[in-house]
Amino acid sequence: MNLVICLLSTRRFLTAAQIAATVPGYEHDPSDPRDHEAFQRKFERDKAELRELGVPLETGTASIFDQEPGYRIAQREYALPDILLEPDEAAAVGIAARLWQHAGLAAAASSGLAKLRAAGVEVDPQATLGVEPVVTVDPSFGPLTTAARDRRAVSFKYRVPEVDEPSARRLEPWGVVCWRGRWYVVGHDKDRNAARCFRLSRIVGDVRAVGRPEAFTPPADLDLIKHVARSSGPIARNGRATVTVRQGRAAGLRRLASAVVTAPEGDILTISYGDPEWLAARIAGYGPDARADSPPELRDAVIQQLKELASRHDRSVAEVTR
Amino acid sequence: MSTLRTPSADRLGRLLNLVPYLLARPGIRVAEAAADLAVTERQLREDLELLWVCGLPGYGPGDLIDMAFDGDTVTISHDAGIDKPLRLNPDEALALVVALRMLAETPGIGSRDAIERALAKIESAAGDLAGAPVAVKLPANQERLTAVRAAVDSGNALRLTYYTAARDETTERVVDPMRMLTVGTFAYLEAWCRRAEATRMFRIDRIDAFTVLDEPSRPPVGAVPHDMSDGVFRPGPELPLVTLRVSRGGRWITEYYPVEDVVEEPGEWLVTMRVTDLGWAQRFLVGLGRDVTVTGPPELVEQIRAAAHAALGQYAAPHALEADPATGR
Repeated sequence: MNLVICLLSTRRFLTAAQIAATVPGYEHDPSDPRDHEAFQRKFERDKAELRELGVPLETGTASIFDQEPGYRIAQREYALPDILLEPDEAAAVGIAARLWQHAGLAAAASSGLAKLRAAGVEVDPQATLGVEPVVTVDPSFGPLTTAARDRRAVSFKYRVPEVDEPSARRLEPWGVVCWRGRWYVVGHDKDRNAARCFRLSRIVGDVRAVGRPEAFTPPADLDLIKHVARSSGPIARNGRATVTVRQGRAAGLRRLASAVVTAPEGDILTISYGDPEWLAARIAGYGPDARADSPPELRDAVIQQLKELASRHDRSVAEVTR
Repeated sequence: MSTLRTPSADRLGRLLNLVPYLLARPGIRVAEAAADLAVTERQLREDLELLWVCGLPGYGPGDLIDMAFDGDTVTISHDAGIDKPLRLNPDEALALVVALRMLAETPGIGSRDAIERALAKIESAAGDLAGAPVAVKLPANQERLTAVRAAVDSGNALRLTYYTAARDETTERVVDPMRMLTVGTFAYLEAWCRRAEATRMFRIDRIDAFTVLDEPSRPPVGAVPHDMSDGVFRPGPELPLVTLRVSRGGRWITEYYPVEDVVEEPGEWLVTMRVTDLGWAQRFLVGLGRDVTVTGPPELVEQIRAAAHAALGQYAAPHALEADPATGR
């Protein structure tokens, strides 16, 4: 603490010897090698601690005649710039700081909030915004965002469920995206030599930073969201199905229906759909409570799925009873 | 972000923050400051003790940090140059900026304007660190969420028409809203359900209709919100276990649904999951299509097999649905 105050108060660079002569706790006999070495170790440890906290420690010499490096802290680099938040803005920041379920990010958010409070911001801990997002992140979030910020390449093992073995990937990460509640990293895949996105939950093991920082430049017109979202547009529901369901049954299919007509043999639903296989699987899930009547592509798909279902589970019954 | 600070660095960070915090609030009560800074009162008092011996070189009166401390309240009278907090570090900037972007993206949220103003100010205070390489886009089922939210804001009880997937039924119920939240892909209303006499999570996309009642929302005192840290559906050991054989094209279900166990055999995976209800499991698992074969429990396998044969029967005789043996209809 005294070291910070001392270095903040000086404009001149102070050498280790000058600091030792001034700041309590560093008293030692410079002519005693062991004592001097102990001081140097302590001083190095304290400097590391300041850097760990993000205190901008400057190194330089007081004059061109000095050989010894000196230290100081520039006030304008040190201090949080003035920040004035209206009460509703401060409430938003307070709520934002509570979102993280991830311990590391939660700690970072609350220490950030403590700094804002120290800057005079009053945060109402009771405030709510009506809807709270519950935010979880994958373990690789931290290393990937750090690497993207430092523009440093990474390597990791990536596993797509359809493929048996994880593959080693090398990526220049441009950024991380949360798309509909799932996390992705977007960047330049060094092996495919093309832009790729990877789902964070599919990364196996640690993400390793490789090479030096500032090693690449993301495209100038980068739109991270677009890279993740380009494949998932709205589904066109051009098909119109007629499905008969038993009275009082198949509530899940009824919810999909745009029209329901009651007939002696059951309720006749009209359902718009995009992918016939998707709807067929849902209809098959209702067993004898639902029957696909038209169009033929849907009816045939349901029959085919039911046949396969019956034969797979005939075998499965045989396995169970064996 | 995952590396924790050393205890001494942690304490130094706290002390550097404490001085400007107190400076901005002359005469603040120790208890209030401790609550605000998320430390114990005892910890705060120990930190204050340490501040007495910190100050400018010279370390005499007029150099040391000075404060009026009467046991309950504290006022800083000399700050020794520590009049401003340390700027945000990269992790703090990232955590706050990304969380604010999340809030701004959350459908149905109130005071979006305030969130965006706050985001701009935090980004400006974070300087170079503001360009957090993180973008956020949450699900966009805006209209319904906004409508439900306005109803919740009225402070009244609601009558819901709600689809319960576990029982495949749509029911009417009166609920006392508690809060709304989004978890991953879905938005939820958490409310006291008067029918179940318990706190329930209602998925917004399954609320088929609602009306605002002419009486205030009054969840009972004992109605506690769920802990969401492990997700919405946390199957307990009392729920039945279902085992599946999953072929390559269906392995994705292990990413989307909570599973208990996966045995990766060449070609097919053996997946174990807990389900709330076997009837639901039948609809759900068959609905996943041809990549999934159920292998247990035996009653579920038999149920699926029998249902598939019965369903096929109605295509052979296309004129009527077979009578349901359970109801005779």
